[in-house]
Amino acid sequence: MQYDEKRLTRIVATDCGSTTTKAILIEWVDGEYRQTIRGEAPTTVEAPLNDVTKGVINATQEMEELARLKHKNPNIKFMENGEFVIPRNGDIGVDAYVSTSSAGGGLQMMVTGVVASMTGESAERAALGAGAIVMDLIASNDKRMNHEKIERIRQLRPDMILMAGGEDGGTVKHVVEMAELVSGADPKPRLGSSYKLPVIFAGNKEARVEISNTLKEKVDLIITENIRPKLETENLGPARDKIHDLFMEHVMKQAPGYNKLMEWTKGPDLENVPIMPTPAAVGNIMQTIAKDENIEVVGVDIGGATTDIFSVFTEEHVFNRTVSANLGMSYSISNVLASAGLANIMRWVPFDINESELRNMIKNKMIRPTTIPSLLEELVLEQAIAKEALRLAFEQHKEFASGLKGMQRQRDISEAFSQTTSGASIVNLMTLNLLVGSGGVLSHAPRRHQTVMMLIDSFLPEGITRLAVDSIFMMPHLGVLSEISAKAATEVFRKDCMIYLGTCVAPVGKGKLGKPALYAKLELPDGTSFEEDIPYGEVRLIPCGIGEIAKAHLKTHGGLILDKDKNRELDIDLHGGQVGIVLDTRGRRPFTLPTEKAQRIASLKKWMRELKAYPNDILV
Amino acid sequence: MGQAYSAGLTVTDSIILKKERILPLKGQVLVKKGDMVKAETVIAETLLPGKVIPFNLANKLGVTPSQLVNYIKIKPGQQISKDTILAENKGLFGLGIFKTEVRSPCDGEVENISAVTGQILLREPRIPVQVKAFMDGFITEVIPDEGVVIENKSAYIQGIFGIGGETIGELKFMALTPDDELSPAKIDDSCRDKIIVAGAFISYLTIDVAIKHGVKAIITGGIDDQDIKKMLGYDIGVAITGHENIGLTIVCTEGFGKITMAQKTFDLLKSLDGKKTSIHGKTQIRAGVMRPEIIIPMDFTEDELIAKEASLPILEPGTLIRIIRQPNFGKIAKVISLPEELTQVESETWVRILEAEFENGTRFRIPRANVEVIES
Repeated sequence: MQYDEKRLTRIVATDCGSTTTKAILIEWVDGEYRQTIRGEAPTTVEAPLNDVTKGVINATQEMEELARLKHKNPNIKFMENGEFVIPRNGDIGVDAYVSTSSAGGGLQMMVTGVVASMTGESAERAALGAGAIVMDLIASNDKRMNHEKIERIRQLRPDMILMAGGEDGGTVKHVVEMAELVSGADPKPRLGSSYKLPVIFAGNKEARVEISNTLKEKVDLIITENIRPKLETENLGPARDKIHDLFMEHVMKQAPGYNKLMEWTKGPDLENVPIMPTPAAVGNIMQTIAKDENIEVVGVDIGGATTDIFSVFTEEHVFNRTVSANLGMSYSISNVLASAGLANIMRWVPFDINESELRNMIKNKMIRPTTIPSLLEELVLEQAIAKEALRLAFEQHKEFASGLKGMQRQRDISEAFSQTTSGASIVNLMTLNLLVGSGGVLSHAPRRHQTVMMLIDSFLPEGITRLAVDSIFMMPHLGVLSEISAKAATEVFRKDCMIYLGTCVAPVGKGKLGKPALYAKLELPDGTSFEEDIPYGEVRLIPCGIGEIAKAHLKTHGGLILDKDKNRELDIDLHGGQVGIVLDTRGRRPFTLPTEKAQRIASLKKWMRELKAYPNDILV
Repeated sequence: MGQAYSAGLTVTDSIILKKERILPLKGQVLVKKGDMVKAETVIAETLLPGKVIPFNLANKLGVTPSQLVNYIKIKPGQQISKDTILAENKGLFGLGIFKTEVRSPCDGEVENISAVTGQILLREPRIPVQVKAFMDGFITEVIPDEGVVIENKSAYIQGIFGIGGETIGELKFMALTPDDELSPAKIDDSCRDKIIVAGAFISYLTIDVAIKHGVKAIITGGIDDQDIKKMLGYDIGVAITGHENIGLTIVCTEGFGKITMAQKTFDLLKSLDGKKTSIHGKTQIRAGVMRPEIIIPMDFTEDELIAKEASLPILEPGTLIRIIRQPNFGKIAKVISLPEELTQVESETWVRILEAEFENGTRFRIPRANVEVIES
């Protein structure tokens, strides 16, 4: 149901994250929708409160106070007696309240398939696309013994299981074998013991009767269309929809306070607006950007517990999402240290720090996840950790986002020589048009220049790539808002949410430090120009504002290339942004940092000064 | 602004505690409503399903899955012992010559026989599991077949992080001051089976000595991250703990590094020296957050079991706070005011702050996110 501005003049949207509940206010102001105020509070699913709505009330209360200040009106109120007043009546109440959520650990799933890299991966893609964390993939060919697989299912206690396997008319035996393992495990849900574990079967339709006979007594079995009806076809939609429905019906209700929250989310006619899993909402937005502008997009949402990466590549706008379940900036920060290693984090830190102090600092952030760095040094350290979390999550995404595996492709003669294989990653940084960052550490960096630095250092964009950031982390809110007003969601997205930071130009290849790498001549809209033969291993920042375009002539030296056609010379328009145009001649494939400590620190300081990432006094 | 919500850990000399003690699977509850139980009392027990052993019987017998039915000697639900014949063929020409018998690899039960895969699932004998009360108290509710709710009146301290499971012992106060670091030399056989209280820090060496002397648990302000790694043999990636088997339980009240124990926690523990204590290190800092707990039951009567409604820890002028991030990590102060407008701090972040005052009168500003309320 969609409403217009006559019905929707003031909307509150919240995102109940694993650490923080974020609230935003959207108002109809001077003939347009704008995001005006934001508030946040710790999420309250834990004892003694055990009620997610308390965090919502606290965040909304903060917004009320700020709204009264902003509008110089002491009578503004969104809630009365601890509940939203809907619809709005003058200064009191709001016209709608909507919410997304990943609190309570989000949706945790296991998937099964016959061949791990085929039906198993398709099942994983469906689960990830629906906003789930995939705890494990079990397949007939995954090399574990059957009893180990059973033990694993019993240990993990997922919220639900998605079973795929077999193209239609293909193997029945192996699919039923997986069902027998699930049955043997007799899995119990993680939250609440009063309901049977939902198991979705989306495999070979010929196996449905056998599957039903094997599982119906022990689990809540739901049968839907085959996820991979043929080897060369994926049909993820029906399984994704079932996952979402079941999440709403079973899992979310088990988290403390959710029943109440589900009653709260309403439009102006008091009809319920379902709560959406946060990653599903962000995924919607990323796909909309790619389709509307017909571009290739990579988006990232780095949270406290997980880092989600979204990508839309190829002319068919193939969408992929991965969740790095234990890479995040608060609950999972310690795991970033464990996964990346201290040396990889320290390589981004432009000063010396006692190793033990750093380790304890990271652990303290893990156990007190809502704290924020108030000292500059701590901010620098957290951003160094963020770069590694993003890098690792993106590596996982690149591996996962691939063409369908197992297919026999007919190739023409040129493809036969190009060595491309089925199942290769479709993430191509050289063709990527836009890289969008979201999540606390990127959206709330005190300087947008820091966001640019983190995005470039972790994703290493190649060729020419525009960079953007979710201004204050509101993409999830807008994803769910679009369910009741696409107009409000789109207007706010364009005006207040998506902040273009600028463009990164990064020639690909290897050069020699100090030798010329890129000749760049930029004619800026204010009439000034920039011209330099930039040596290899440098970074330049040329201010060029939002909506401005610089006419650029670029020419590389020493075999470095600028685009997918391997051009070494280009005349091109470069878009500006809140930070500007970054010319990055530090090389790619491979990208390396100086190994010698003093030289590395000197280089980091030089690049950070050039990017205006931090105050100069910390970089001297 | 007058007040704001802030997370906080509970440290109190008297609280009405309510604990659900639930079996992992349905079973038998051994106590009834109104019973007074000791921490060591077994309140419920069940039999967990045994390990499942998948067994490809058709393959072993050399027949197709659909033919299996002709040779099978068992049926689902049947109890079997090791070497029970599961299936046998009729041998050459049906005369029993070179007959193949497939025997069970274990004692247990036949769970499932599949004519599609030719696989049978055998389940090993059930495993008994008992749940203990963990804290002294009254059974105020019985959840049929699942467990009970136990209530008591206790002194109660929520830790910030811990390792190791549930244990019960006598509290032995050993720290001299809240910033004391307990030395290994102080631990001797008088500490056996005790729960010892250190001050600001406990080192790997001291923990090692404590394990050797049979200490049941250690309560400390802080611990070094690398010492935990040495003990466990791995780095803790995400804080889901409580299952470690290192010989004792450790509960940190403040965090990682050497951090002075909050005076209130220190004084409370000191006043409880010698008391029976229930303690666990279970920590889960996501999805159903769990913090380690120190429970020291008090004498009480059943009619005292009226729990206060859970309240939000509130920040307001006069509230005592603990700083939980640098600078001044671990120090205690009093809130002076809570300005409404956003303020820029040294990291250049714009945040909501509060103004507070140390005991010596020094005033400072700090992000509200970096403090926790010390609940009275």
